[in-house]
Amino acid sequence: MLKFIIKGLLRDRSRSIFPVLVVFFGVFITVYFISFMDGFEESIIRQNANMDTGHVKIVTRAYSEVISQKPTDLSLLEVKDDLEEWKRRYPELDFFPRITFGALLDVPDSAGLTLAQGDVAGMGIDLFSNDKESKRLRLNDALRLGKLPAEPGQILLSEQLFTKLNLNLGQRITLIGSTVYGAMAMQDFTVSGAVEFGVTALDRGGVIADISDVRRMLDLEDGASEILGYYTGTGYKDKVAKALALDFNKAYSDSTDEFSPLMLTLTQQNNLGEMMAIFNTSMGVMIFIFVLLMSIILWNSGLLNGIRRYGEFGLRLAMGELKKHLFWWLVVEAAVIGFIGTVLGTAAGLLLSWYFQSHGVDFSAYTTNSTLMYENIIYTHITPTSFYIGFIPGMLAVVAGAMLAGISIYKRKTSQLFKELET
Amino acid sequence: MRKIYLTIIGVIILTALFAEYPDGNVILGRIDANMNARTTKSTTTMIVQTRRATRTMESINWSQGSEKSFSEYTAPARERGTKMLKDGDNLWIFDPSTDRTIQISGNMLKQSVMGSDLSYEDFMEETSLRDNYSAVVKGELVHEGRDTWIMELTAKKSTTSYQKIVLYVDKERYVPLYEERYAKGGKLLKTTRVQEVMQSGNRWYPQKILYKDELKDGKGTLFIINKIEFDVKIPAHIFSKASLKK
Repeated sequence: MLKFIIKGLLRDRSRSIFPVLVVFFGVFITVYFISFMDGFEESIIRQNANMDTGHVKIVTRAYSEVISQKPTDLSLLEVKDDLEEWKRRYPELDFFPRITFGALLDVPDSAGLTLAQGDVAGMGIDLFSNDKESKRLRLNDALRLGKLPAEPGQILLSEQLFTKLNLNLGQRITLIGSTVYGAMAMQDFTVSGAVEFGVTALDRGGVIADISDVRRMLDLEDGASEILGYYTGTGYKDKVAKALALDFNKAYSDSTDEFSPLMLTLTQQNNLGEMMAIFNTSMGVMIFIFVLLMSIILWNSGLLNGIRRYGEFGLRLAMGELKKHLFWWLVVEAAVIGFIGTVLGTAAGLLLSWYFQSHGVDFSAYTTNSTLMYENIIYTHITPTSFYIGFIPGMLAVVAGAMLAGISIYKRKTSQLFKELET
Repeated sequence: MRKIYLTIIGVIILTALFAEYPDGNVILGRIDANMNARTTKSTTTMIVQTRRATRTMESINWSQGSEKSFSEYTAPARERGTKMLKDGDNLWIFDPSTDRTIQISGNMLKQSVMGSDLSYEDFMEETSLRDNYSAVVKGELVHEGRDTWIMELTAKKSTTSYQKIVLYVDKERYVPLYEERYAKGGKLLKTTRVQEVMQSGNRWYPQKILYKDELKDGKGTLFIINKIEFDVKIPAHIFSKASLKK
């Protein structure tokens, strides 16, 4: 019977091509939309993790209370041995110490007197041991002038700051800040390059130097204001990260010592947990509305298809075909159309999503004034959901539409069929 | 006759009411005379007690009136060679590690000196109380075993860092033993507590002072004068910018 139905659909193009096309486009858009939204959420997580929060972050208890202020004086001190122990205990994580600090950038003239000054938000990261941190911050991609620091005493500046202070590559600058003990700290650097982070907050006045130089400047030997941890294999999974943080804090954190370490997960920082919950709820609502709209369109398509064949059904009933048989015929036909359209639509949606998962969608033209921490290029993300979500509007809605249209079959009266055919 | 008696009684009562406390501005003059000198040379120790550590710094200081001063840090190793020069309204700091001389101005003046409870602004303050404040004696108190006047000082200029100061002044030695410094809005910013005084010639001078920035955590900064000489001869070049790099 199925073979017969398929043959019928293929021979009568008006019954197959348009409905399949409608299902195809509906499912295609649904699959791509879901992959894009998943990718956007991942982008926010990845960008925040890379730039600021890590998948987990270790700070002192005192620091965690005022974490948004990034107080250098409440940094972790002498953590070299502790860090080695944490690495042994949690091999699934890669740990990276970072120091964030505020400073005044002073540009001297040839006599050493101040020529220009500007406020900067500094970051000390490990640039020399390996390239993991520079890759994570995509420094090579962000580099607009010069090169990354290759030896002690070199510094990267945001391109905006570089231009504003009228600097040159190789020029000497002095950073003036406060040591971990609050004393004035000064350190000379040589400008090695200028970068564009793509995050407005950092582009205004960001500077990056190797952590060893920053430690020396801030009197923070073997210290770090934050130690960021990243899962080496899997990405960020909130439940897993929270369980790990709980284990860490139980083992190493002491509520009576304000300078004991405390581990925070990504969602426990920067209100990201609340933000992601709102985002997920909004995304769920958006997907529901989108799938609902697509379902209504496809349902309507099934309904129209049934109504269009009103005469055909009358004739078949007049020839003695059972109403039940006709009804299920219509449903199976709709299921076949829905299945073909869904498979083709899902395949096309996945193909486009796969392309943008590799190449990304460039939004840089629209994010120039954004203060949100998300990437300029959004990569779509194919998840298991992408494979089946299209079946909701593609199959169920079309079949439901056909069933609704099929109800009218039962309302037909055999005694009036020939009269209807005559008119 | 009755009128004369009443007048005498009235005068006695009024004298008792209003002549109990001396003129605050006169006391300020006595404090200035005791605390300020034409020149001073001192060696000091500053113990900064922050929330997580205690650091000790030593320095040699020269001053000429309230206009000029020069300090050189001699310990610890990280701070050794750091120098500060005040000349009128200008303040420069020299950092030996970068060989840079930076003028401290604007917001930087509000920053802490070497992590202590003192700001560069405090360092820039004129030393003469009489010139900058008008004072009223509000009462008297026995403060840590010494008889003191409780004085309230009001700034004469709106640009002065502390618009109101409450002082407990030793009645006999004219040394301020306790100070509360307030902002314009009435917020307590800093307190100063003299823990020990020393006699040098015919003056009494604070030897151990605890400065506390009331807006910061920590136990305050203990400032100890190890040695002080008054009215010594100081070569003029000490107060020049060239001496910062020497």
